[in-house]
Amino acid sequence: MYSQGLIGADGRTEESEAFLDAFQKRIDAEEKIEPKDAMPEGYRRTLIRQIGQHAHSEIVGMLPEGNWITRAPSLKRKAALLAKVQDEGGHGLYLYAAAETLGVSREQMTEELLSGKAKYSSIFNYPTLNWADMGAIGWLVDGAAIMNQIPLCRCSFGPYARAMIRVCKEESFHQRQGYEIMLTLCRGTAEQKQMAQDALDRLWWPALMMFGPHDADSAHSEQSMKWKIKRFSNDQLRQKFIDATVPQAEYLGLTVPDPDLRWDDSLNGGKGGYAHGDIDWDEFWRVVKGDGVMNRDRIKARKKAWDDGAWVREAALKHAEKRAMRKTQEAAE
Amino acid sequence: MTEQETPLWEVFIRPRNGLAHRHVGSVHAADEVLALDAARDVYTRRGEGNSIWVVRSDAIAASDPDHADETFDPTADKIYRHPTFYEIPEDVGHM
Repeated sequence: MYSQGLIGADGRTEESEAFLDAFQKRIDAEEKIEPKDAMPEGYRRTLIRQIGQHAHSEIVGMLPEGNWITRAPSLKRKAALLAKVQDEGGHGLYLYAAAETLGVSREQMTEELLSGKAKYSSIFNYPTLNWADMGAIGWLVDGAAIMNQIPLCRCSFGPYARAMIRVCKEESFHQRQGYEIMLTLCRGTAEQKQMAQDALDRLWWPALMMFGPHDADSAHSEQSMKWKIKRFSNDQLRQKFIDATVPQAEYLGLTVPDPDLRWDDSLNGGKGGYAHGDIDWDEFWRVVKGDGVMNRDRIKARKKAWDDGAWVREAALKHAEKRAMRKTQEAAE
Repeated sequence: MTEQETPLWEVFIRPRNGLAHRHVGSVHAADEVLALDAARDVYTRRGEGNSIWVVRSDAIAASDPDHADETFDPTADKIYRHPTFYEIPEDVGHM
């Protein structure tokens, strides 16, 4: 359950003004757009890209956690982690199916992921170094993803919205199991608590980056909001996440690794909120563009899975062919 | 990719007896046996149902949304098809 602010959207479209106006009216009336409806090319392209990035993020997101399944500290943790990773795989599949309704094939999307053309959430290009990272990922990364995904349940494109409703329903266990891992560590020995702090130190900033660039630098965000693909801006969602998460860190007795973090009464229209320090956007772009610690490793793992599975796909298709042939022969006899 | 594409199947699940099967999404699979397996793994991880249908996506014929106005128009303008069109005195009682 891992969307990130859309990277590199291209909302350009060339339809007539009358068509675009009529489409906008449907959107403004909160009518859902369904796959075979007429839609602007820019709307289709933006959605294919966004849903594709989202699906890839779920699939690649299985890797950092899969890394710890065999080393989970107890059977309970292992069973929970397995179920969570299986959910991520399922979420990826719902999303691929939603994207396919827009006329892109699964094979095409897979190829774009493996060739590096398609992006996925930058958070998965960070390594998972200790068991506490499983806690921090569930708590922070799934927490950030939930912030992003709840508004997507109301996305104007029907299949995406429906997939998101399923995903969000299944998701809340992910964040809770992560927080519970953190809580257990924080109530443990000083060394265990230090593991939790270390995981928070490493994952806090990358989690904030999951919401994507600042609104001012988010080129096509405005069009996405107008088409109601997005309901809140990157910065709005990031603020919500920080406001929700800081008290949770305090409960754990952990320190958020941001010396500039402070309560500010003027934020959120006077309701107050947490002001935060500067985000290192150079790092963000470096990781998005392929130079994170784990980028190569992740794609290598996906390529290996795809290549190793080739004989299975081939055999299954051959077997299906043979069965179909047998059926025709039997019918002829 | 030069390899053959794996067919797409639409998945329908009946949440419990007494309800109709409802479309929930789709899966890729080489045949109906594998499609049912995949549908179970992908769409019923938390007791979502007790029966699954899978149908090849290319076997579904659908009405054209561009002609939705003509296709579904008669349902709106024949108000005499609805019970509220007919006036029955209140004294008659519930009908």
